[in-house]
Formats: sequence, structure tokens, C-alpha cells
Amino acid sequence: MSKILVIAEHLDGALNPATARCVAAAKVVGGDIDVLVLAEQAGEVANQAAKLDGVSRVLTVERAENAHLLAATAAPQIAKAAEGYSHVFGASTTSGKDLMPRVAALLGVAQVSDIMSVESSHSFTRPIYAGNAIITVEAPADQTVVATVRTASWPAVGNADNAAPAEALSVDAELPSHTRFVELKQDKSDRPDLQSAPRVISGGRGVGSKENFEIIFKLADKLNAGVGASRAAVDAGYVPNDMQVGQTGKIIAPELYMAFGISGAIQHLTGIKDAGTIVAINKDADAPIFEIADIGLVGDLFKVIPELEAALG
Amino acid sequence: MKILVGYKRVVDYNVRVQVKPDGSGVATEGVKLSANPFDDIALEEALRLREQGVAEEVVIVGIGPADLTAHLRNGLAMGANRAIHVTTDAPLQPLTAARTFLKLIEKEEPGLVILGKQAIDDDANQTGQMLAALWGRPQATFASKLSVGDGKATVTREVDAGLETIEAELPAVVTTDLRLNEPRFIKLPDIMKAKSKPIDAIDFDSLGVTSGDHLTTTHYAPPPKRSKGVMVNDAAELIDALKQKGLL
Ligand SMILES: Cc1cc2nc3c(=O)[nH]c(=O)nc-3n(C[C@H](O)[C@H](O)[C@H](O)COP(=O)(O)OP(=O)(O)OC[C@H]3O[C@@H](n4cnc5c(N)ncnc54)[C@H](O)[C@@H]3O)c2cc1C
Ligand SMILES: Cc1cc2nc3c(=O)[nH]c(=O)nc-3n(C[C@H](O)[C@H](O)[C@H](O)COP(=O)(O)OP(=O)(O)OC[C@H]3O[C@@H](n4cnc5c(N)ncnc54)[C@H](O)[C@@H]3O)c2cc1C
Repeated sequence: MSKILVIAEHLDGALNPATARCVAAAKVVGGDIDVLVLAEQAGEVANQAAKLDGVSRVLTVERAENAHLLAATAAPQIAKAAEGYSHVFGASTTSGKDLMPRVAALLGVAQVSDIMSVESSHSFTRPIYAGNAIITVEAPADQTVVATVRTASWPAVGNADNAAPAEALSVDAELPSHTRFVELKQDKSDRPDLQSAPRVISGGRGVGSKENFEIIFKLADKLNAGVGASRAAVDAGYVPNDMQVGQTGKIIAPELYMAFGISGAIQHLTGIKDAGTIVAINKDADAPIFEIADIGLVGDLFKVIPELEAALG
Repeated sequence: MKILVGYKRVVDYNVRVQVKPDGSGVATEGVKLSANPFDDIALEEALRLREQGVAEEVVIVGIGPADLTAHLRNGLAMGANRAIHVTTDAPLQPLTAARTFLKLIEKEEPGLVILGKQAIDDDANQTGQMLAALWGRPQATFASKLSVGDGKATVTREVDAGLETIEAELPAVVTTDLRLNEPRFIKLPDIMKAKSKPIDAIDFDSLGVTSGDHLTTTHYAPPPKRSKGVMVNDAAELIDALKQKGLL
């Protein structure tokens, strides 16, 4: 039977919803699922992880070095904690992508990136070429499977009736001091998180400027939506990098995605393929985004958005 | 200081690759190949560090078949001092690529290794992190800003939550994100100059790398298609359509 270690992702005492999506993938593999929380103080995060449906145990490692998780210091702890596990899963978030390959290399095994589906305990599908092809990969049965889970492919597990027990783990790993955390600049906003919001409104180069982007934010607030952007909009400085959606940005799966002034380059589309309904508003009737949009509207976004707002009241 | 740069050749980002009907692979015959965009950014950053006087030598590394030479010449024309071509016909998985880089590092002793954050063919996003682990050195992935001095690299990283800055003692591995820089264009005279720059060919088998190609790809499939949707004429129709789908 499989024994799966899921690495909890958290920030400021809150468990990232991506962890519940990882647990969903682990449940399909089947077997015992333990969640590992590395933190300076793990209490709050451990409590949240313990509630997730399917979790057998929460393991905590509290160390001063874990105040700000860095791959260089987290990976040796995880590699030690991984002993006896058949699988180690992390989310395909920037944090998981940074960390998990380092764990895999320490264990001397390959990593399966961006698991979309679990075919069997050692067989998975994953996208390559910006999602233009989906491959089935098989990991050897005699090695620990280290993998990242493509969060957009997995709905989060809900909460269980009973919380799983938590245990403090002491890992005997020497941690390097060659890498140091300096700061994290976050764009604090009260808007729903782009990666978990059921509705997302995105703007592209067609929005034209940072000032103009305000109308995207206003519409988003009206719909209680998260806000995303194309790479062109981020590169042009309209919005910060953490709003980029696509192959090299965030991969998202909202129920509703509305794209304003985005042409629909393959690199952008790969980030929204799993959206429930894609709406495209573009003034160019030949824009490629219309090929995949569920609802398309050829028009000027500066005219359409005020009309939408008026109609929404 | 010497900087080692990963310079992988991939299917050009404009090519929409197709899965072969029998599911045995993707059709890459005859398609346009280019430098991995993240590796062009890696090379550009290394060249800038050399221009700032932080580094003396920039060495690009390509692992691949014999015809990789033309691709490496492009990197030399961009400004790299020399190239190392590890020759192999078999595509390597990231762990093997990382072990190969480690062998080269043992020989070259670079102060900094810059790789792309991901190669846009396999989108694995692993090699730099694996290399840093095997080398026992810092990693600074997804870099959007890099400054090097006093024996350390200060790196701003693009992360989901925003921008994270970390300090890494050298030697270290940095992987590039899109906004680190805009790579320069190659000028004609540079192409001429590049012809005389050295490319050291090393047979992969002579390096004694233990293969880490543990994964087997058993099937290739095209992505599920989204069916073509409907067009609406104005905002009012759009709202109706959304309401019908229960989205408003
Ligand atoms: C390695 C690599 C990785 C990449 N990764 C990503 C990624 O992760 N995410 C991403 O998004 N891109 C990515 N890209 C870039 C991608 O190829 C496109 O360049 C980018 O998505 C284009 O953004 P855009 O659609 O906003 O701009 P454009 O392609 O310029 O499109 C702007 C659109 O706005 C429309 N428009 C203009 N004015 C109006 C108006 N008033 N009303 C309505 N419509 C209007 C135009 O008709 C046009 O279709 C990547 C590229 C590379 C090479
Ligand atoms: C024609 C072709 C067929 C392929 N078939 C398969 C297949 O059947 N199965 C399969 O699993 N994979 C296949 N691959 C992909 C190959 O195995 C990948 O190159 C390998 O898995 C590394 O993954 P990555 O490049 O996505 O790594 P990443 O970790 O995404 O690469 C990050 C960075 O590492 C450096 N790097 C990585 N590899 C090299 C290199 N070779 N030379 C120089 N720098 C490098 C670069 O700086 C790159 O930006 C094929 C590739 C090609 C071109």
C-alpha cells in the first residue's frame, strides 16, 4: 500500500488551498496520507491541515530556520522525513516548483512535474509543450515518487468530520546557511486570490495602461472576482508579476474567466484551459482567443465594460 | 569569475506541436528549433555581468546531438566566450542533465551557473534545482533581478505571493524568469566573429554520468479540445448568456 507525504504550503499562518488540492491527488493514489508542516511555529497550519479530508496524520517540524521556507533548508528536512514513504507530493506553485526538484535530487530520484491525473500508483499524466501534448509517464516502482501536483487539475478536498492527529517530528538534518531570506514584497489586496477564485477577470495589452486597468479592477470588484493579466500587460507594467496567467505564470481553473483585450496566445491559453466558462471580449474578430472562448463578444472593452457594469447594477 | 550558462535548443515557442496520431510522440521533424527563451535570458544576464566586470568568462553548455553546433554558434554570436557541447543523441531527463552539469562544474569551477527556469519543450522546471542540490550549493530560481558582489548573489524571485528577495553565497545556481532582461539581438559581424570561437565537444559517455532517466513516457495524447462556443452581440446578450449558464 502507498504511503504518501504531502508537503504543506503556508504563509503567515494560513495553509495554502493548493495543499488541499495535493491531498486530492494523493487520495486517488490511495493509502496513508500524512501532511508535513515545516514552520517556526506549526500550530495553526497543522490545525488546518489536520481537518482536510483523507489526511491520516499531520507531522510538524518546528525550527527557527523554517520561519521563511527556503528550498536549500527545507529540502534536506523533507528528504529525511520522506524515509519510508512511497510518494512525496508538493503543489505546482512557485514554492513547490522551487522545492520539490531539490528533494528529488537529494533522494536520487526523478520528479514527475505537474500531475494532471493519476492512472495508477506509479503512472501519471502531465502536460508538455505548453499543454499542446499530454504525456503518460511511469515512475519506477522501486523508487520514491517525487511529484508536483498541477493544482488547476484537482478540486480541493473538503474538511473531514474528525481532525487527524498531529505529531512533532524531529529530523536530524544539517541545514546549510548559504542561502538567506531577505524580504517578501506582497501586493496586499482584499480581492479573491487569483489561484482559487471562482471568477477571474483578466486584462491584456489591449487595456492600454496602468491607469486604464482600474476599470478591470472595478468590474472584478463588482463580480467579486480575482484579477489576472497576460504577460504583455505585466511586461508593460500595468500590473505586478504575480497576476500573470499562463504557461510561465499561474495556471488557474475558475468557473468563469473573462478576458478583456487578450489575443489568446498559446502561452496564455495554457493557463486557462481548465476554466469552466471562458468569455472573451476583443475588438479583433480574428483574435485566436475566440477559437477557445465559450462566449465571445467582438467589441471595444472600454465600451463593453461600462455597459456590463450598468447592467449588473 | 566564470559563469556557466545552460543553452538548450527547443522547438520554437511559435510552433504548435502536434501529437503523432499513434500516440508515440510529438512530431518534431522539420519544425523550427530555437534557443529556449529562458536560456537566451540566462545568457544575456551572464553577458551583462561580464560587461559590468563581475565576470570574465561566459561559457554556454548544450547537451544534445551533433547538429547542436549551429545553435551553440548563435550563443557565441550573442557574446559567449566559448561553448561546451556534450554530445548525445538520447534526450536526457532533468536529473541526468543536472548530473551532467555537475561533472562540467567540477572541471570548470564556475562562480555562478545560470539556467532557464524551465525548458519550454518539456516544461519540467527541475534541472537548476536538482543541480543545486547535487552540488550542495544555493539555488535562486525564477529570478527577475540579479546583482552579484561581495561573494554573494542577491536575487529577486517571482513567486506566487509577489516578489521575494534572497541572498545566496557563491557559487550558486540561478534560474531565470521572463522579466530578468530582454536578450540582445545578434548582429551580423558577431556571427562572423563567432566562427572562430571554440566549441569543446565532449562525448556524454566519457563523462561517466549515472543516468537519472528513471521516467518512461508510455503515451502521448493531444490535449482535450474545448468545443467552439457562441458569439454574442453586446453586453446585454453577454449577461443573458452568463445567467443561462448560472454564472451570474
Ligand atoms: C517563453 C514564453 C512564455 C510566455 N508565457 C506567457 C504567459 O505565461 N502568459 C501570457 O499571457 N503570455 C505569455 N507569453 C507571451 C505570449 O506569447 C503573448 O505575447 C501574450 O500573451 C500577449 O498578451 P496580450 O494578449 O495581452 O497582447 P496582444 O497579443 O498584443 O493582444 C492584445 C489584444 O487586445 C485587443 N485589443 C486592443 N485594444 C482593445 C480594445 N480597446 N478592446 C478590446 N480588445 C482590444 C487586440 O485586438 C489584441 O487581440 C509567453 C511568451 C514566451 C515566448
Ligand atoms: C526531440 C526531443 C524528444 C524528446 N523526447 C522525450 C521523451 O520521449 N521523453 C522525455 O521524457 N523527454 C523527452 N524530451 C525532453 C528531454 O528529455 C528534456 O530535455 C529533459 O527532460 C530535460 O527537461 P527540461 O529541459 O524540461 O528541464 P528543465 O528543468 O525545464 O530545464 C531547465 C534548464 O536546464 C538547462 N538544461 C536542461 N537540459 C539541457 C540541455 N540538454 N542542454 C543545455 N541546457 C539544458 C537549461 O538551462 C534549461 O533552461 C525530448 C526532447 C527533444 C528535444
